[in-house]
Order: sequence, then structure tokens, then C-alpha cells
Amino acid sequence: MQQDLVHAIKSNPKYHELVSKRAKFAWILAILMLLVYYGFILIIAFNKEFLSQQLWEGSITTVGIPIGLGVIISAFILTGIYVYRANSEFDRLTAEIKEEVL
Amino acid sequence: MRLWQNALTAIVLSLVAGAALAAGDMGEVKKQAVNIPAIVMFLAFVAGTLGITYWAAQRTKTAKDFYSAGGGITGFQNGLAIAGDYMSAASFLGISGLVFINGYDGLIYSVGWLVGWPIIMFLMAEQLRNLGKYTYADVVSYRFQRVPMRTMAATGSLVVVVLYLIGQMVGAGKLIQVLFGLDYVYAVTIVGILIILYVTFGGMLATTWVQIIKAVLLLSGATFIAFGALHLATEGTWSPEALFRKATEIHAKKDALMKPGVLVTSPIEAISLGLALMFGTAGLPHILMRFFTVPNATEARKSVFYATGFIGYFYILTFLIGFGAIVLLMPETSGYMVTDPKTGALALKGGQNMAAVQLASAVGGNLLLGFISAVAFATILAVVSGLTLAGASAISHDLYANVWAHGNVDEQHEVRVSKMATVVLGVIAILLGIAFEQQNVAYLVGLTFAVAASANFPILIMSIYYGKMTTRGALLGGWLGLVTSTLFVILGPTVWKDVLGNAEAIFPFKNPALFSMIIAFLGIWIGSIMDNSEQGKKECESFEAQDVRCQTGIGAEGAASH
Repeated sequence: MQQDLVHAIKSNPKYHELVSKRAKFAWILAILMLLVYYGFILIIAFNKEFLSQQLWEGSITTVGIPIGLGVIISAFILTGIYVYRANSEFDRLTAEIKEEVL
Repeated sequence: MRLWQNALTAIVLSLVAGAALAAGDMGEVKKQAVNIPAIVMFLAFVAGTLGITYWAAQRTKTAKDFYSAGGGITGFQNGLAIAGDYMSAASFLGISGLVFINGYDGLIYSVGWLVGWPIIMFLMAEQLRNLGKYTYADVVSYRFQRVPMRTMAATGSLVVVVLYLIGQMVGAGKLIQVLFGLDYVYAVTIVGILIILYVTFGGMLATTWVQIIKAVLLLSGATFIAFGALHLATEGTWSPEALFRKATEIHAKKDALMKPGVLVTSPIEAISLGLALMFGTAGLPHILMRFFTVPNATEARKSVFYATGFIGYFYILTFLIGFGAIVLLMPETSGYMVTDPKTGALALKGGQNMAAVQLASAVGGNLLLGFISAVAFATILAVVSGLTLAGASAISHDLYANVWAHGNVDEQHEVRVSKMATVVLGVIAILLGIAFEQQNVAYLVGLTFAVAASANFPILIMSIYYGKMTTRGALLGGWLGLVTSTLFVILGPTVWKDVLGNAEAIFPFKNPALFSMIIAFLGIWIGSIMDNSEQGKKECESFEAQDVRCQTGIGAEGAASH
């Protein structure tokens, strides 16, 4: 990429809006996912008893089952949230930047 | 049992009719074999996929066609193909086998494999699409010295591909042995020959469509087995609680089956395994390559979303399948258990990895067994094709064209080298399959992830985000990650003790990723801050242009010209 094009893009305020909004959003979601997953792993590592409890009185299903499924479902939901915003708002901003500098 | 068989007969007969048309008289030839439906369905799959390969070969002319299917795959198709790469025979047979033996612990593996996806989505998917061309080495050599960076990235790719191939080939051999009564050596040879055909003639386009078809077949087959087993095991109540209760009554682990236990023994192992599973995904070359087959970042994101959904659903199914297998196969009276001649204990016919396949037989008789066996075989073919293509691309695009010939090579020649590399890798896969016959395939996949997370992932993520990284830092960290993770795996309990038969492991942990990843990142950081060379300064300066392309996709492959 030519240096003047790089500068044109970098001096466009929409570029900064895009970069900062997306980075913030992506890292928040990534950290959320890490918290959910490592929360799960750390419970397995340090507190197996918590996951081994009965889900309800007399049940054989343990608390660990819905929690494990919950981690799977949260992964799907978090990616969905990201795609929804990125494919509308972020793509629109990118298109506007391209229109202005190219 | 009767009900399922009747329903299935109708479905399978219609399939067979179609298959017979497609496969000509091939079904007739194998009349003496045990499972006619399985063979017919498998031959139909082979005939169909070879047809696709022929179609794809007509459309595969340039290097871009060969490596990335011309960039014309949609997000939904790519999502299915990624899910297909992920739903390997090792995870289908391996995880349901793990659940069959260990219960709840099997879920820990699945969850770890899945949560790598959101991370790829948030931090890497569109960045990869915007910076790369054919292989992930394109991304990590974008602003660095070409020769050493490509060499390292290609080595990392090849190590991961070879390790992964072992697991797939072992699964293939075992499966075909059980199903067709065919010798293990013949089985892995057939796989090797078929994938060489797919990849050399059809390139990425054929590999992608083989993967998509297989993903659809596998998801439908696994759905049928899982819910069929749930229905049968709970006498029609469909209650998971009833399924779990019966399983704990039958299984030797009793109530412990529902609790986290043996698989993850120490906190360090747990954290380390988690890291390997999560970030290993982001370092698998055959998966990363798929991001270059879509036209733009928008489609790249969609493909991750669809893939996460399909994979998550699939793992829930394998969990149900594992428990269904305990209830329906484990009782001595089921006829699926045999006495192990060495230990005298009861074991599943064909080994724990056959739990899903044997359950298909218990749920839907010979026809469903045939269907799922054919699908599992198809799975191996599809995944091995993707791996082989990734390995061949590392050899031709990275090592040959960019390292050896310094980029001065015409496209057609590069593609020819890639096809030769495919043949060599196919042969290597066959030999490895034979050499590693006795290993548990699921653990092997775990080891692959440790290497991918420590060698490929750190340089990839840092080259995207760390503006101060220099070639020197990347090389130091990348090689350290690759060497330490491989070494720790070899010196660890899984290989040093269990495979090589030594009394004590030199490296105490089964899962080395925690250590080797820290070493890799430290290596990158220290190597970069200590680098005061002119070259290093230039590389830091060129981060600005890379970042602009990465953020906007301006100048990206295939984005501007279409």
C-alpha cells in the first residue's frame, strides 16, 4: 500500500471510529469468553465438588451438565453478537472510509 | 428396535437406489462382504466425490483456484466446511469414546475445542482474510523477512499436519477394519490413494465440497443416532435424566460418571489443556486456510458464526452418543462387549473409539451401522484431504516458491509442485497410519493442539497486533514454541512413559501448552525489544501500512478486483 494512501486513511476520523469501536467490542467479547471458559476450567481444577452437586433434590444430573452446555451455548451467542454488529455497523463504516479515500 | 429399523429401511433403500445408479454395478462385485449397505453407501460417496473432483478439476486453473477455490466460497458454505474440518473422525469417534469410558470428562474436551472459535472470530478471522493470500504464512511474513519467516511457519504447519494426520489415519484404519473386515494396511492405503486423487485434481474447490457434503451427512447421521439412542435408552421418555441414571447404574464408575474426574487431575493440567484446546484451533493450518476461500471479511465472519453453531451442536450430540452407548452397549447381554484376551475384562468390540459406530448398529441395525460407517469413512477422507492440502501448500507456496525460489516461480509450476507434494504427503500419511496403529486417537489430537497453540498461534496473533515485533523476535519465539512444545510432548507422560515404555516421564505434565506458550510469547517479546537492527526498525515502521490494510481490507486479496 502506498504511503500517501495510508496517511489519507489514517487521517480520516471514521477510520479511528472504526478501529477503536471494533477493538473495544472485540476485546470485551473475547475477555467475556475467556472468563466463561476459564471460570469453567478453574472450577474443574479447584472445586470439582461444586460441579458434582445434584442439580435438583435426588437428581443424577449434576450442576456440571447445564454449566458445560451453557459454555457451549455462550460461545455461539457471543459469536452471533459480534457478527451482527460487525456485518452492519463496522462494514458500513469501512465502506464509507473506502468511498472517501479511494 | 424394530421401529427404527423399519424407518431406516425406507430411507436407506432410497439412498441405495440412488447410489446404485451412481455407482453402476460396483455394489454387485462386493456381494460376499459383511455389510452391503455400508459398502454401497460408501461407494456412492466415493463416486459422488470423484464426480465433484472431476467438476472441480475443470475449474481449477490458477494457483488461486488451487489454494483457495478462487475465493468464491460463501460464508455459509465455508462455515459448513470449517465445521467439517473440525468434526473429524478423531473427534466424532474419540470424544464419544471418551464419554463412553469417562462420562462427564468428555465434555471438558469438547468445550475447550469449541471456545477457540469465538476467540478466532473476535481477534483473527477478518484480520486473516484481509492480510493473507493462500496460507497463514502469508500473514506472518507480511512485513518480515520472507525466507526465515516462511521456513518457520511452514515447519510449524507441517508438524501440526503430520501429527493430526496420524490421528486421522489410525481412526480410518480401525474403522474400516471393523466395518469391511479389511486389513488395516489396505484400509489406510485406500484412504491415502483417494485423498491424493481429490487434492491433486480438484484442489481446494473439491476439498471444500467433499467437506461440505460430509458435514451434512455426519450431522444428520449423528443426530439420528443420538436421539434414537435417547429414545431407546429411556423407553421413549426422551429424558436426559433417565439416560444419565441408567448409565450410572451400568457403568463401573457409578455416580462419578456425572462428575469431573480422572481426565483432568491437577489444576495445572486443566489450565494447560484449556489453553491448548482454545488457542490450538487458531493455529491449525488447514482451518486457517479456509479463511482465504471466502471473498471478504463479511463472509469470513459469517463462516465462523455458522461453524461455531454446527460444531457446538455436534459436540452436544457426541455427549449424548457416549451416554447412549453406555446404556445400550455396556450391559453384558447387549452382545457388543467382548472379553479382552489380555486383561480378562469386558471391553467394547473394536475398542472404545467404536462406541458411536456400534451404537448406530444398536439403534438402527445393520443399515444405520452401514450409513454411519460410510459417513465416518467419508469424514476421514474429507479431513485428511484438507490436511494434505494445507501441508502441500506449506511445501509448495511457502517452502518452494517463496523460500527456495525467492518468489521467482510461475504459478503453474508452483501448482505442479503442490501436486507432487500432495502425493508425497499421501504416502507419508499411509506409513504413519501403519506405524501408530495402537494409540488412542483423541489424545493424539490433544497433542497436536499443544503444538499448534505454542508454535503457530503466537507468531500469528503477534504479527497482527504487536507493532514492535521484528523478524528476530518472531523467529526466536516461534522456534522456541515449536521446539519446546514438541520436546515436552515427547518427554511427557503420554509419549515417554506410555508409548516408549520408560518408568518415569522426564517432563511431568501431559499438557505442555501453558509452559510452551509462555516461552513462545516471552521469546517474541525479548527477541523484539533486543533487536536494534536497521531491518528491525523498518519492520516496525511498516506495521502502520499493514494495520491499515488489516483494519479496512483495502488492498486485500480478491477484495478490490471483484
